[in-house]
Amino acid sequence: MSAAPPSPAPRAAVDGETSRRRGLGWLLLVPGMLWLAVFFLFPTIQLFFTSLYDPSGSYEQGYTMTWHVMNYVDAVTDTWNLFVRSFAYAGIATVVCLALSYPLAYAIAFKAGRWKNFLLVLVIAPFFTSFLLRTLAWRTILSDQGPVTSFLQTIAVLPDDGRLLATPVAVIAGLVYNFMPFMTLPLYASLDKVDHRLIEAAGDLYSSPIAGFRRVTFPLSLPGVVSGTLLTFIPACGDYINAELLGTPKQYMVGNRIQSAFLTEHNYPLAASLSLILMAVVVVMVVLYIRRAGTEDLV
Amino acid sequence: MAENEADAGKDLRLERLTKRFGDFVAVDDLTLTVPRGSFFALLGPSGCGKTTTLRMVAGLEDPSAGRVLIGDQDITHLRPYKRPVNTVFQSYALFPHLSIFENVAFGLRRRGVKDYQQKTRDMLELVQLGPYGDRKPAQLSGGQQQRVALGRALINEPGVLLLDEPLGALDLKLRRQMQIELKRIQTEIDVTFVHVTHDQEEAMTMADTIAVMNHGVIEQMGAPADLYENPVTTFVANFLGQSNLIKTNVIGTSGGEIVLDCHGQKLAVAAARSHADGRSAWLGVRPEKIYASVAGVEDRTDADVLTGGRVTDVSFIGVSTQYLVAMPWGQELMVFEQNTGSRPSFRNGDEVDLMWAPDHAFLLDADQDAHAGMMRPEDRE
Amino acid sequence: MTGSLASRERATAAVPPPPARRPAGRWLADHLVLLLGILVLVYMFVPIGYIFALSFNQPSGRGATAEFESFTWSNWGSVCEPEGLCESLKLSFAVSLTATVLATLLGTLMAFALVRHSFRGRSASNLLIFLPMATPEVVMGSSLLAMFVSLGFDGVLGFVTIVIAHVMFCLSFVVVTVKARLVGMDARLEQAAMDLYANEWQTFRLVTLPLAMPGIVAAALLSFTLSFDDFIVTNFTAGQSVTFPLYVYGAKLKDFPPQLFVVGSAMFLVSFAVVIAAELWRRRRSTWSR
Repeated sequence: MSAAPPSPAPRAAVDGETSRRRGLGWLLLVPGMLWLAVFFLFPTIQLFFTSLYDPSGSYEQGYTMTWHVMNYVDAVTDTWNLFVRSFAYAGIATVVCLALSYPLAYAIAFKAGRWKNFLLVLVIAPFFTSFLLRTLAWRTILSDQGPVTSFLQTIAVLPDDGRLLATPVAVIAGLVYNFMPFMTLPLYASLDKVDHRLIEAAGDLYSSPIAGFRRVTFPLSLPGVVSGTLLTFIPACGDYINAELLGTPKQYMVGNRIQSAFLTEHNYPLAASLSLILMAVVVVMVVLYIRRAGTEDLV
Repeated sequence: MAENEADAGKDLRLERLTKRFGDFVAVDDLTLTVPRGSFFALLGPSGCGKTTTLRMVAGLEDPSAGRVLIGDQDITHLRPYKRPVNTVFQSYALFPHLSIFENVAFGLRRRGVKDYQQKTRDMLELVQLGPYGDRKPAQLSGGQQQRVALGRALINEPGVLLLDEPLGALDLKLRRQMQIELKRIQTEIDVTFVHVTHDQEEAMTMADTIAVMNHGVIEQMGAPADLYENPVTTFVANFLGQSNLIKTNVIGTSGGEIVLDCHGQKLAVAAARSHADGRSAWLGVRPEKIYASVAGVEDRTDADVLTGGRVTDVSFIGVSTQYLVAMPWGQELMVFEQNTGSRPSFRNGDEVDLMWAPDHAFLLDADQDAHAGMMRPEDRE
Repeated sequence: MTGSLASRERATAAVPPPPARRPAGRWLADHLVLLLGILVLVYMFVPIGYIFALSFNQPSGRGATAEFESFTWSNWGSVCEPEGLCESLKLSFAVSLTATVLATLLGTLMAFALVRHSFRGRSASNLLIFLPMATPEVVMGSSLLAMFVSLGFDGVLGFVTIVIAHVMFCLSFVVVTVKARLVGMDARLEQAAMDLYANEWQTFRLVTLPLAMPGIVAAALLSFTLSFDDFIVTNFTAGQSVTFPLYVYGAKLKDFPPQLFVVGSAMFLVSFAVVIAAELWRRRRSTWSR
């Protein structure tokens, strides 16, 4: 080594190296990005064009592009009540989900001690089995002869001929149940990061634990609340299984309509414009919500 | 191994080393030589460029200009793993997924050293962690982790060992203990240590040579005592310990001394201790070098004397009593007095004269900021 | 910069924990939360109990819905008896495993690129990764179907198209999961490895990868779960193929054979056992990740 000439290393080699590393970054990113571009972005753009086809065409005979903006107007006038219902159901389900998940996540983060990991496993365990089977189980539980309905009838909350299945209550209950872990896990993750000493300090500074929770614990868990509500609300908006298995056409959501327009009626322009309206509304709501909650580093 | 031992016989040299981040110059045209086997400290406040310098030596940062040499070998652009240099990282950077033994053996195994097991066991003994080889870093205390980090670097017998705020994460008591231990190990194994710290006391305790850095350049370099007793800039005077800086005018020289006028009173300072060339200058005196006496009682011709002081604050801190003395021109000077118990302490409002030996003072250029290098109270340890 | 970090660390270490205060009402508050948590957990397990119960059900005849009639062991011995059930399971496993491997691989690479490399177009990349997560499944499924149809793929819809779709919606979740792990990783660990004579590849293999592994494994498990359980997107892209969720959905027309619930119970038991075993193994092995 001592024989090595003391010549300065060429700068070019180093610059070459940094650009090689930048190239490596692209190399790592490109396959996944291509996948998303080809199988997500491109279909979405194509969907946009589909939504402007002449609706008098058909799946068999093909469509002609007429920039038929009226498809959107038709879609909205035809199904605005489905949109309202979807967002109402999804919104209520998200709030209930948050109300149920918060104590659970809080208990695991702060009260579980050495049982923390075990309880986390228990939270996700029900979801090891199939989504549809769970929904079917709820169909049985909430059925007219089922225990919940009979109990509610006995205590006279429900009239004797009242039912749960095939009502909005059942559909919302199904949504709540099925998207619970999407709420609980992000909540847990952010609560777990909260420094326990801060909560103790809050107990020291604000006399009541409720004030301490409101001013310290809850604000600190806000990133979890934001991602949890998004991860619950987004799939709930587009879901149609709960409405189909636990409700009746009276409880159908936008998802049901899109699915039937696509797969049964093959009315692609209608289905496409419905899809795009749903996507646009959801994306706008999500962006506004993230702005308002002030956590932009979701990704 | 042989090449490392050979490297141990060489100096570390930085030649016109510069690092820019965009428009910000972190290290500015830095040239210095660290003699082999020395314990060298780079001391300075946050953002002064000391850590950037260290990282350029380690190969973790690529210099914008200049060279890094060990002996005659240019290592400026070598990848970190090709340099005979090892680092003790700030907060240690121990591999959490590997045991203590695997952490310490890491470097030897990468270089394919055959008897790494025996060497690792020996190193664990040296840093007094023999029984802990199977543990994971998280199971050790802060002080033990610090010793793992040290052992993990030292086992490679580096030509230069870099220490980046190595004791920063330890509590005060443990830090003092580790300072002594580090110094002992360094003396024992005779490796060049380059130590980066913002803690002047830590630098003075351990290093033979200190370079005080500020804004990317070295303000002054030398033995701790020289830096303390004879600082050449107001930054060094304030950053290392505390100084009284008094505005004076140079009025002449007489027999190896410079004569000064200080608000109407005449003072002198040894010419060898003058680092000023203008007509006005800062006269610096360390607070513990000043002797306070009851006004008008003592008249010393061999000392610099300032009269007309009045005590405005008295702080008793155990080993010493610290006074603030207001001078006629409004400035408050610090005076520290050992609590020898030979005389009663002053009280607020007492009239005092201040005196010191002319060769305890130093003279600095007046165009510098008198507050440079002063730390806000919260930065002080 | 480093100095201020160090002094901040010391500052936090120096703050003594405030004295614990335990007013009497707090005990109730503490345990109320725990109690609520447990109640919610119980609620989450109610349908699982039903699925187990229904797996022992012997429906009396045609037209029966999923309601308990009489007890039998026989369903557990005749899982494959309903036509197409086991084939759908096989297809589901094949799809999920393939999609998981692809999505985890591509997503992990993307996460590394986003965390470790700087390049132009980072925010556009982030947006493209975020969008699929903000898009309802029914939209993704329908747009993919429309594309496949327009490309004339409607004849070959099946395994390949399902996998394509599943990788697409799993990718974003993998990127987010692995990224979170990588961001939390101390860059100094890799610098330390380089300082200790590990070249770039050794540093990646011995330090970066092992430390990122928990994130990668979590991402893979998440992908598998999302893929195996997916109905909506699959329904659009499967053509004539039938995955397990599609089979269950179709079975509403054939009075829900009880074997479905056997499969559901078995899925629960197996994954529960695997997770518990992994947790025990991890606990025995080390405590470093704590």
